[in-house]
Amino acid sequence: MNQYDVAIVGAGPAGMAAAIESARAGLSTIVLDEQPEPGGQIYRAVEAADALRLEILGKDYARGRDLAAEFRSSGAVYLSGATVVNVNPDLEIFYSKAGILTSFSAGALIVATGAIERSTPLPGWTLPGVVTVGACQIMLKANGRVPDNAVLVGSGPLLWLFAAQMIAADMQPRAIVETVPRSRYIAALAKLALNGAAIGYLRKGLQMMRTVRRAGVPVYRDATSISIRGNERAETLCFESGGGHHELPVELVALHQGVVPNQQITRLLRCQHIWNERQRCFAPVLDSYGETSVPGIYVAGDGGGIGGALAAELQGRLAGLRIAEKAGKSIASDPAAIRGELRREATIRPFLETLYAPSSQILAPADDTVVCRCEELTAGQIRAAIDLGAPGPNQVKSFIRPGMGPCQGRMCGLTTTEIIAASKGETPSLVDYYRIRPPLKPLQLGQLAAFSGEKSDRDTIEGGARG
Amino acid sequence: MSRTADLVIVGGGIQACSTALHARMRGLSVIVIEKDTVARHASGVNAGGVRRMNRDYAELALSQRSMEIWNRIETLLDDDCGFQRAPQIKVAETEAQLDEMRARVADLNSMGYDHEVVLDQTQLRTLVPAVSPHLIGALASLDDGFALPYQTTFAFQRKARALGACFHEGLAVEAVRRQGADWQISCRGGETFTGRYLLNCTGAWAGRLARQLGENAPIEAVAPMMLVTARLPHFCNAVVGGPVGRPLSFKQMANGTVVIGGGRRGTPDPDTNVSEIRFEHLRLSAAAALAIFPIMAQATIVRSWSGLEGFTPDDLPILGRSSTAENAFYACGFSGHGFQLGPGVGEVMAELIATGSTSTPIEKMSIKRFN
Repeated sequence: MNQYDVAIVGAGPAGMAAAIESARAGLSTIVLDEQPEPGGQIYRAVEAADALRLEILGKDYARGRDLAAEFRSSGAVYLSGATVVNVNPDLEIFYSKAGILTSFSAGALIVATGAIERSTPLPGWTLPGVVTVGACQIMLKANGRVPDNAVLVGSGPLLWLFAAQMIAADMQPRAIVETVPRSRYIAALAKLALNGAAIGYLRKGLQMMRTVRRAGVPVYRDATSISIRGNERAETLCFESGGGHHELPVELVALHQGVVPNQQITRLLRCQHIWNERQRCFAPVLDSYGETSVPGIYVAGDGGGIGGALAAELQGRLAGLRIAEKAGKSIASDPAAIRGELRREATIRPFLETLYAPSSQILAPADDTVVCRCEELTAGQIRAAIDLGAPGPNQVKSFIRPGMGPCQGRMCGLTTTEIIAASKGETPSLVDYYRIRPPLKPLQLGQLAAFSGEKSDRDTIEGGARG
Repeated sequence: MSRTADLVIVGGGIQACSTALHARMRGLSVIVIEKDTVARHASGVNAGGVRRMNRDYAELALSQRSMEIWNRIETLLDDDCGFQRAPQIKVAETEAQLDEMRARVADLNSMGYDHEVVLDQTQLRTLVPAVSPHLIGALASLDDGFALPYQTTFAFQRKARALGACFHEGLAVEAVRRQGADWQISCRGGETFTGRYLLNCTGAWAGRLARQLGENAPIEAVAPMMLVTARLPHFCNAVVGGPVGRPLSFKQMANGTVVIGGGRRGTPDPDTNVSEIRFEHLRLSAAAALAIFPIMAQATIVRSWSGLEGFTPDDLPILGRSSTAENAFYACGFSGHGFQLGPGVGEVMAELIATGSTSTPIEKMSIKRFN
């Protein structure tokens, strides 16, 4: 007997929407999330945001409040501050909360763990004073603070969105250094399909760029050969742009090259994954409801492929409805209609993915660039291991240890696959990825030692939810 | 690539790679056939102990011979294998345990072995100050050590290959049969190989090949689990084993991480080549580590893993000639302690195959004991 019909990992738009549908259909539903409040990264701290912060962050962010309110009243059990550290194939889920390791069993699992920022290995990226744009935006959402004088470097809608938010917060960026090659505009326009949703996104994008221009922020386009120099910390940003060499003094460099699915749980559970060439990442293979190759395990949201917050919400509803349907419950919405909305929502993606494809510099880092930050391994060391005969990512990992540090390969995994694929002339799908083993996040030895060894009952788990 | 060799080795772990190398050094041509990749299972993911201490008496001579090779491993393989000399110790919690250790050392001394000694509490705490104060002594072998298992097995493969051994990875053997004086080995997909001598190094899967040779190798697939912590300041220079009742193997690596094993078992599935971590069992390894090293309370686990290993009913390997088939040999069933033996097993098996006998006694490990 399972303690819960449905377990959902992640309380972003996908997880909240899935919980709403699942609970509405009468299934016992539990949501586990690391943060103190629901919202995920996209709607982080949305419940607590005051009017000023909502104005800075904009309407798309404020939209999360309604979803969070619906989620709060859905009847789903919500465990905040809970880190899922392991899931067994029989769907026993282990989580750490308030220093205690607990487990329970579920009939179905929805992985709604979203995206992580793509790693951006380039010279100097590990210096103090270099962060990611996503991390800066988290500071803004959670604390209302924006770093001073940041230079935003890279590619992707988030670069412009965050620049516009900084300007709205009266802390404008020092410069934007964009790595999108000019030729990409033509290639992207060829992929542009228009509908209401797509036009809406284009309009927002142009509005953000206009905001940046009006604020007088210097924008360097088609930047290449980026490096960050400094002794103790980032001091100078060097790059080529517009036919010239530039050196900007910097205090803070924020890098960004888009986001990629967080594969840790679906890899742990050995769901089938496939390389998405346009998104340059792996994603789990999903059916039209989001079910993976392993029955009973679903993915909703960016963890199944990057689609954005609105798509994530729709995918969450679909997964919740599907599990309810399979359990013989009557469902309130028509999955076909939701899929239609998803298709409309996705119309802009081919354009965006072509335009904001990651820069070639980070996909094939120079030999002396650090790729694995935890173990301080360079691209050249990985190439040397392959030359010695290590056949794939897991052997390279066993041999020289990329992916063995505390980040468990989140930082270097895709880059290592790309480097091996390029070196051997194989597809990334064939090269594949690190095997992921528990714990999914570092876990205190003492917590494992104190684990009772048995699943907890619902009273214990929900008592913990109140604590 | 040649399909015929003097010696065809099935399996690509450390025993296979080491035998391939030593057989090449004796001039035999060698083909190695591995269904996955070299060192994919137990050989690549074990705890890396280079331990002579507390071995079954039947393994002592082999373990000593292997240690001589470990002592010159970098010269042999052009790779240091991450080998570090370190004391291997097994701690005692009770006088009864310590008495047993004293009796063992007396036995060993009478057999002419002097590598193991008993440490009293003061000596133990001098050697490893971080151990829990309730421990009263230890059995120790001070000149043992540890190494990096994947790096070691990969180094054996590379050196064997450099000397002309031929490796076929991702190729599963389906059938072996006699053809005249030779062995014919058929693989999935239709490839066949021919060898005068056949060596079964298929670890957790070794029982299958044994059945084809008409004999019983009672090997159970087991998935010993291990975990590793984030880096800690250096506090431990020995490889520490737990006392009776608290199975544990504990070592701090050069980079500060602590590797904890000790035989708690996950769920093996040799048919799909995978194993599952079971937190409800792994917790006991964590608890044993805390009992021996209170300093570990705040350590964080960054990864756990398990690998498929073949265990025999008496925990001794199956080593030597087939009891039924001429020119067929075994080096398998190492039951979770074959890594240190690997270099020596390769030398002994190559000697046995090339010359018909070996100077190291291995009779007690013969498959005859099960047939």
